Amino acid sequence: MPVNETLSTYSDWTYGAAVSVYFVAAVFYLCEAAFGRTKARELVGAAKVAGTAEDGTWTPGLVVRHERSRAEKLGRMGVALTVLGALLQLSSLVLRGFATERAPWGNMYEYGSLLTFAAVATWLVLMRTFPVRKLGGFVLVPVVILMFLGGTVLYAEAAPVQPALQSYWLVVHVSVISVSSGILLVPGVTSVLYLLKSSGRARFAKLPDADVLDRVAYRSTVFSFPLFTIGIICGAIWAEAAWGRFWGWDPKETVAFVCWVVYAAYLHARATAGWRGRPAAWINALGFALNVFNLFFINLVTTGLHSYAGVG
Amino acid sequence: MKAFLAFLRNTWRGLTAMRTALTLLFLLALGAMPGALLPQRSLNAQKVAEYIAENGWWGRFLDRLQFYDVYASYWFSAVYVLLFVSLVGCLLPRTWDYYKQMRAKPVLTPRNLSRLPHHATAELAASPEAVMASAKARLKGWRLVEREEADGARSVSAERGYLRETGNLVFHFSLLGLLVAFALGKMVGYEGQVIVQSKGGQFCNSGVFNFDSFRPGLRVDGTQLSPFCVRVNDFHATYLHNGQAQSFRADIDYQSGEDLETGTWRPYPLEVNSPLRTAGDRVYLLGHGYTPIFTVKFPNGETRTGTTQWRPVNEVTLASEGATKFDPPGITDTEQRRKNQLAITGLLAPTAGFRGELLDSVFPEARDPAVAIDVYRGDLGTDSGRGQSIFSIDEKQVQDGKLTKVARQNLRQGEELELDDGTVIKFEGVKDWVSLQVSHDPTQVWVLAFSVLVILGLGVSLSVKRRRVWVRAVPAADGRTVVEVGGLARTDQAGYGEEFGSLARDLLEKEK
Ligand code: HEM
Repeated sequence: MPVNETLSTYSDWTYGAAVSVYFVAAVFYLCEAAFGRTKARELVGAAKVAGTAEDGTWTPGLVVRHERSRAEKLGRMGVALTVLGALLQLSSLVLRGFATERAPWGNMYEYGSLLTFAAVATWLVLMRTFPVRKLGGFVLVPVVILMFLGGTVLYAEAAPVQPALQSYWLVVHVSVISVSSGILLVPGVTSVLYLLKSSGRARFAKLPDADVLDRVAYRSTVFSFPLFTIGIICGAIWAEAAWGRFWGWDPKETVAFVCWVVYAAYLHARATAGWRGRPAAWINALGFALNVFNLFFINLVTTGLHSYAGVG
Repeated sequence: MKAFLAFLRNTWRGLTAMRTALTLLFLLALGAMPGALLPQRSLNAQKVAEYIAENGWWGRFLDRLQFYDVYASYWFSAVYVLLFVSLVGCLLPRTWDYYKQMRAKPVLTPRNLSRLPHHATAELAASPEAVMASAKARLKGWRLVEREEADGARSVSAERGYLRETGNLVFHFSLLGLLVAFALGKMVGYEGQVIVQSKGGQFCNSGVFNFDSFRPGLRVDGTQLSPFCVRVNDFHATYLHNGQAQSFRADIDYQSGEDLETGTWRPYPLEVNSPLRTAGDRVYLLGHGYTPIFTVKFPNGETRTGTTQWRPVNEVTLASEGATKFDPPGITDTEQRRKNQLAITGLLAPTAGFRGELLDSVFPEARDPAVAIDVYRGDLGTDSGRGQSIFSIDEKQVQDGKLTKVARQNLRQGEELELDDGTVIKFEGVKDWVSLQVSHDPTQVWVLAFSVLVILGLGVSLSVKRRRVWVRAVPAADGRTVVEVGGLARTDQAGYGEEFGSLARDLLEKEK
């Protein structure tokens, strides 16, 4: 199975371009967040919409319109750049797929790219529904860091994968797990912001309402948790065929299980009096920390069967 | 008052149950973690031993607390059994509630709809009856009940999204089922590993002693293994230039069921990711390695061929170590025989790379095999009563002077070496061996079935929203009707706004 060098080089270039573009976008967002006016835009809560039947505005939305400030213009450029970066990253993934003639998520570099792409895409979708644009920087910074590490420390030449990975379950299991982990980056970040905002310190007054942050976190978690579950179960089905048992407490399996339990605890906490709000946000942040731990530490430090790191 | 107390008690119970479950969930997560961070016996017993040796009292202390057998430990079992009990304890009342709810009518319309999170109102020309009729038409698919209220007012209460609770119960019950099936599998399953030589080596799953290692479930005594046999004809591996393996395949024949009586063999290409499934068991290709073939021509003219598998010590180049042992032929006196046993040990390189005299392997494929061997003669210690490894000689015998090194040499394929007593050892080449795993777990299909239900239940319970809407029509003084619409999402409020908006618009604007 030869590797198409030209395509793989283009793939590397677009990857590099995507990281750079994200970086600039992150700077723009952060400028907006730093210099934009507090409460420049107001979210009208759903409850207040009631009674405005006559003028026909039924959906909750932005009602206070005003001249676009310079900060806001920066933010809009940030969005445009994010879209550009996402397209570049998508091309990088597709090119690598064609270069190697397999699904482009066979080692940690590729897996990390898919993961961060999913995080960015989720964020782009959420920005349309929730007034959280200026938080883009907080999402893009971890994305840029992860992509930078992926492109340097963890980088692996385009190559075919080892026999254990030559299975269509690679396509299903790894893609589902990395996409769902990527989506979980968003609630991880927003939960941390929630914790900052609800700490009540003046420094964090510019962040959107805690309620909005909580809803963004919940929505994205609820979307991603079933996916994550499917990913784990596909992993078990694959392990049954590849390793002789569907569950064997391999370090990676174990930490995935722990993550799963933590997110289940998050969903329960949100439905339990006394655990809503800050405790739930802590749990969500912990879940994401564990996910990253699983991606890096477990692959690089412990020796398990999940030996697709492609490094060392 | 009584109702109020009951309400308090129930709420309290609910809360405690949920909190307990949450705490237990955390304990489960916490308890599982050491298994990922510390070496585990079930995965690698040797590493555990090394870890204990390296960490002194701390290592032994952790051992005492079963930290190297986390998932079989008392404390881990305690947490999941408690969680299990708690889960059952909260599922039963919830199932009962669910049953009652499915039969109950949607709740009464609240007196003051304007206090609900979603609310809209308008004055229409239609009569209350007409408003009710159109409301009911619009609320198709909702469970609803119409009620007459005081002063000629009428109201509809409607509720939707009961599937959420259905999904939720399916999820939780499937989780229980999954746990039970998993635990049963651990009781009645077994797993055994065996090395079989290529070019005709055979293995029959007829008894525990045919395996090199065997891990039975708690209720397995090894007498009732599923009967089948496997014969390994050939092994193929392909590699990339850098030595990374690209494919492994063992061409095997197998017999099970009737074939065992008729002696029919059926071919199967055994590959990684595609185990042989037969007789309710699975046979996996776990690994492979090389067997050096040595022929020894003894001074009395007799020859013996030794084909003992050596084990890879380098996973990438498949450089291997081992010990091929011989009994001298034609000697009946045990004492004499023991003094003249032979052992060939050393390093086997499938593709030789010499640095001076030093042999190493440079590629995992058998392109140019060579061995660097030490030959020992004397008493191998096979009758000493100590356990003997097939991969090495008994060092104690060497220390005691009962076994002495008589030669050391590098041999390429086809080369020979002559010992002082005229014995000639020839390295003929190598053949492959494969390591197979036989697994038996009759409950795993149940685990799979419950997993699928877990996903379905979860998907439904997280995507369906339980929500309520009320419509009240109150006759106004001038013959018109005041229509009020109120809505409440019982779980997450987000996203209900839009649906409520379109509902209210349809009900309030149509007849304007
Ligand atoms: C005593 C044990 C348990 C109780 C009392 C319990 C109770 C509940 C309740 C009340 C909900 C509905 C939450 C809502 O209104 O949204 C729920 C949902 C859920 N439960 Fe449990 N549960 C228990 C055990 C578990 C366990 C062991 C797990 C998995 C490890 C789990 C996973 C979930 C998930 C993923 C949901 C969906 C969350 C949602 O609907 O928002 N539960 N559980």
